[in-house]
Amino acid sequence: MDLIQFIMTLIVIGVFLLHVAFVQYFERKALGHMQSRLGPMRVGWHGLLQPIADSVKLLFKEDIMPANADKPIFYLAPIIGVVAAITSLAVIPIWPGFSIANLNIGILFILALSSVGAYSIVLAGWASNSKYSFLGGLRSSAQVISYEIAMGLSLVGVMMLAGSANLTDIVNAQSKSWFILYQPVACLIFVLSALAETNRVPFDLTEAESELVAGYATEYSGFRWALFFMAEYAGMFVMSALGAVCFLGGWNGPDFGIFANVPKIIWFLLKVYGCIFTYFWLRATLPRYRYDQLMNLGWKIFIPLSLANIVVTGLVRVLWKG
Amino acid sequence: MSMPQVFFAYLAGMITVLSLLVVTRKNPVHSVLWMLVMFLHIAALYLSLNAEFLAAIQIIVYAGAILVLFLFVIMLLNLRKEETEKRFQNQWPFSVGVGVVLAIFSVSIVGKITVIAPLGQYTVEAVRSEGSVMTIGKVLYTDFLLPFEIASLLLLVAIVGAVVLAKRRLE
Repeated sequence: MDLIQFIMTLIVIGVFLLHVAFVQYFERKALGHMQSRLGPMRVGWHGLLQPIADSVKLLFKEDIMPANADKPIFYLAPIIGVVAAITSLAVIPIWPGFSIANLNIGILFILALSSVGAYSIVLAGWASNSKYSFLGGLRSSAQVISYEIAMGLSLVGVMMLAGSANLTDIVNAQSKSWFILYQPVACLIFVLSALAETNRVPFDLTEAESELVAGYATEYSGFRWALFFMAEYAGMFVMSALGAVCFLGGWNGPDFGIFANVPKIIWFLLKVYGCIFTYFWLRATLPRYRYDQLMNLGWKIFIPLSLANIVVTGLVRVLWKG
Repeated sequence: MSMPQVFFAYLAGMITVLSLLVVTRKNPVHSVLWMLVMFLHIAALYLSLNAEFLAAIQIIVYAGAILVLFLFVIMLLNLRKEETEKRFQNQWPFSVGVGVVLAIFSVSIVGKITVIAPLGQYTVEAVRSEGSVMTIGKVLYTDFLLPFEIASLLLLVAIVGAVVLAKRRLE
């Protein structure tokens, strides 16, 4: 039993990392086509081997470290990010009856790990001993604290509807209709907070290349930089999976005719990639937010709105079910 | 020693060592980091007591919010000077002596007293049957409603105080 569990875990991590590599290819292709370009075309058929070429290149690049950097923390920072993102995968229900760990506190587990993951950026910014990195790290710490609250509160509505914080129970509760229909406000807040949590456009102030070179990752090169890259895309994947599980019904799909024979994991992956595509779509569409706008949005709009959403959801549940 | 005891011994030992590391580091950012590791060990201690909810909250609130704020403040202040100064005042050997004596006392007492608390209604099985989130929620909003509300009032007072301090000139 334990050995099978272990092997399954390894397989899931391996497949997940491949997904992460190809999400980046997907992004370059999607962005390319949105901007009337073709995206990567040279390596392999339609550039399909580009992620592999990139990772080989990054592996053989020189590993540069700033002279005054704090060595142990500089080494540790990217690893924290990757570990936190990959560990979150453990509680995601991938198909009926399968998640690596079926925890009763699934949602809280993911929230906890995403807050640990924030350390990677803050510490990278501090340990690099460079002004640009430092500013990126500072921005990130304030941003993550603000948006974590809104994200946690937006998921409370989902937990109330499902009556559980277990992600498998939440998926099962959506076998008839998806929670996005009952919780549209919470879903909107979740999507935007997830953008801020993963530092993506329009909230990518931590690496704002036009102001801060590359923000927290300025001093990183070679494979350490690749780890940050992986952590960001893995975080996006996990947030998309969480969104798909909490609002879009997880692996639930249409149950009639030819659709009934489709493996459930296909529905899950379709929804996850739909969410990931939204990330790219927003990136190609929106300009970056200003920092004070970001803070105002988080504290003055999202947090009150998600609190109101909890009150309304609670009232409706009490009045409806008696 | 049984497995839970080994686990507890490891966690207790590590928490002590990590706490010492937190107060002895010269660099405040390193102190905060050791504190993060210590919080993770405390969360593991909660897990070993079947309190998953507390473990998650421990990480979300302490590691995810409070410690990041510490880090934020430490990074904003320029503490280069502090790093070169002496870490402790001169009376530290005396404090260590008192601490060691107290530790010897408590260790000598531990083996002799056994307090067996009466078994309440929330046994491991009872909590497991409905999940720790639900159990804590029910208890907080029924038996401990008043303390819970008082705690939230205290937090509200703190928030109002912070707003007043930050907004010196109230128009």
